[in-house]
Amino acid sequence: MRKMMFSRFLLVFFFIAMPLLTFASEGPVLDHAPIDPNNKESLQRGAKYFVNYCLNCHSAAYMRYNRLTDIGLTESQIKDNLMFASEKVGDLMTVTMPKKDAKAWFGAAPPDLSVEARARGADWLYSYLRGFYRDDSRPTGWNNTVYDKVAMPHILWQLQGQQVLKVDEKTDSHTLVLDKPGSLSPAEYDQMVADLVNYLVFMAEPFKERDKTLGLFVLLFLSGMFVLTYYLKKEFWKDIH
Amino acid sequence: MQKYLTCLLGWVDERFPLTSNIKTHLTEYYAPKNFNFWYFFGSLALMVLVMQILTGIFLTMNYKPDADLAFASVEYIMRDVSWGRLIRYMHSTGASMFFVVVYMHMFRGLLYGSYRTPRELIWLFGVGIFLALMGEAFFGYLLPWGQMSYWGAQVIINLFTSIPFVGPDISLWLRGDYTVSDATLNRFFAFHVIALPLVLLGLVAAHIIALHEVGSNNPDGIEIKEKKDKKTGIPLDGIPFHPYYTVKDLVGVSVFLIVFSAIIFFAPEMGGYFLEANNFIPADPFKTPPHIAPVWYFTPYYSILRAVPPMMNSQFPGVVAMGLSVVLFAFLPWLDRSPVKSIRYRGSLYKRFLAAFVVSFIVLGYLGTEPSNVWGQFGSGVPIVGGLDRATVVARIFGLIYFAFFILMPWYTKIDKTKPVPERLTA
Repeated sequence: MRKMMFSRFLLVFFFIAMPLLTFASEGPVLDHAPIDPNNKESLQRGAKYFVNYCLNCHSAAYMRYNRLTDIGLTESQIKDNLMFASEKVGDLMTVTMPKKDAKAWFGAAPPDLSVEARARGADWLYSYLRGFYRDDSRPTGWNNTVYDKVAMPHILWQLQGQQVLKVDEKTDSHTLVLDKPGSLSPAEYDQMVADLVNYLVFMAEPFKERDKTLGLFVLLFLSGMFVLTYYLKKEFWKDIH
Repeated sequence: MQKYLTCLLGWVDERFPLTSNIKTHLTEYYAPKNFNFWYFFGSLALMVLVMQILTGIFLTMNYKPDADLAFASVEYIMRDVSWGRLIRYMHSTGASMFFVVVYMHMFRGLLYGSYRTPRELIWLFGVGIFLALMGEAFFGYLLPWGQMSYWGAQVIINLFTSIPFVGPDISLWLRGDYTVSDATLNRFFAFHVIALPLVLLGLVAAHIIALHEVGSNNPDGIEIKEKKDKKTGIPLDGIPFHPYYTVKDLVGVSVFLIVFSAIIFFAPEMGGYFLEANNFIPADPFKTPPHIAPVWYFTPYYSILRAVPPMMNSQFPGVVAMGLSVVLFAFLPWLDRSPVKSIRYRGSLYKRFLAAFVVSFIVLGYLGTEPSNVWGQFGSGVPIVGGLDRATVVARIFGLIYFAFFILMPWYTKIDKTKPVPERLTA
């Protein structure tokens, strides 16, 4: 009995200890992104913001326009409302700005955003897009609480307004304060960023939600297979022992 | 119909040992009847190998081993190739699950003394498979050409630079360039898709042929071939592998596939352990990521590498320790002096050493995924360890335990109080 307990102990150790080993968090504190991958309207709004504000400098060169049919748009809707730079609905979301020029203008070429959400995470993007503040020491006049000395200027400043960083020297904490309001209220701006991040997450892995449904059927099939093989084994092993 | 099939089989058997092979390896291969949970992982490893080869073939059809195209071709597979994303996730999850299964399989060997006489060669072939698998995983990890692929390969190849005298030349020869580049990607592709798979398949065949020559060990560590039926010559405690263990392994396969599919469909990144977030950024030779960590299955050895302090301005001692931590497994058959094989009849001393080894393997594995300052430093006033990274000190302690398990084995297995081994298998 004791030998059994020993191997059980090790087994339990394997399965319980492994998932407990989590990554330590480092870097700035991020806000939780309130996104819903099943909210098609939010995704559609996000797609609109993406092609209007991001897709001028940033490409999404692995994403095809007609993939947007997955978030409930028709091909003619995509063509009429979302395609400014391309002709065919099966085209990739590329930009014409040469990387070399971009590097000369901004100091860094804007990264391709196809899988940016997988590299950074939704919370990072959500916090980053809400973290710009005025900093006259920077060449663009903007800095960011999540990405210090960022090369990108605050593209959405007319919507968000201008934030400044208030540093409390006693507690060494800093807070962003809206200095000059933009055309959107803070709540409206947060919702806009959430929609945009929702879209970026969709674009990084367009099949994710659809595959989850498929996954359920696969698991259902395999559970059936387990029951079948289990009783098959039992039947065969009747004469052993 | 039956008649014609029998005819055909006879025709084949006169020219190729089909029936006799099926008998030797399946229907008349007698395995002990008391295999438990730990015995599922051998057949599972074989299945994962087949799955990796099949998914790999389909990935090769669309993957481009070219520094300018590789990253984009992986995303092309993920988006534009029909079911490509699932094939890719099967392959990436398969790599990690291969190591899960192989580690469980090796641990079974430690529990029941499966490496002992007469199974030394099976064990050595197995260690060979393990080494080839590590190479296969390392070469394959460069192919997506993300930041972690690139810098991981850079770090590992640079380890060879620390070898005295010939080091720099060896790493240059491995890379084919002064940094990891297109030339490196091309040769790693060649190693990953043809060179190492051939080695792996050869070793797996040798592993199984050797196993079927001497017969399987079992949780009691008793040789079932010593008690045979006088008339038939069949081991009294043996049962034919087919159908008994084929149907049993099917149950194992079902459970494994449930776990495997759950990962593929719901958590293919496995919280960053199977697919790292940084690897979704294309490789950039001019931008070193702040924290470079290998994939989880290499981290225990990586921890040992980091834990060894540089001597005479060289990382070489750490590299040697890391190499040893893997190669020492090969010496187990000759390090173990216990009169019994199975943990069931060993004394408490071995059990304690084995438990300490498992704990150190897991702790080292965890620390290897983290930067060495993860737990901060000891205060400068603390004697001996003052000013050192806490995690480094912990890694050193558990590194010593890791090596003690192997190096002290001849001693503690010899003096350990063992229990009497029964004549026949227990239930």
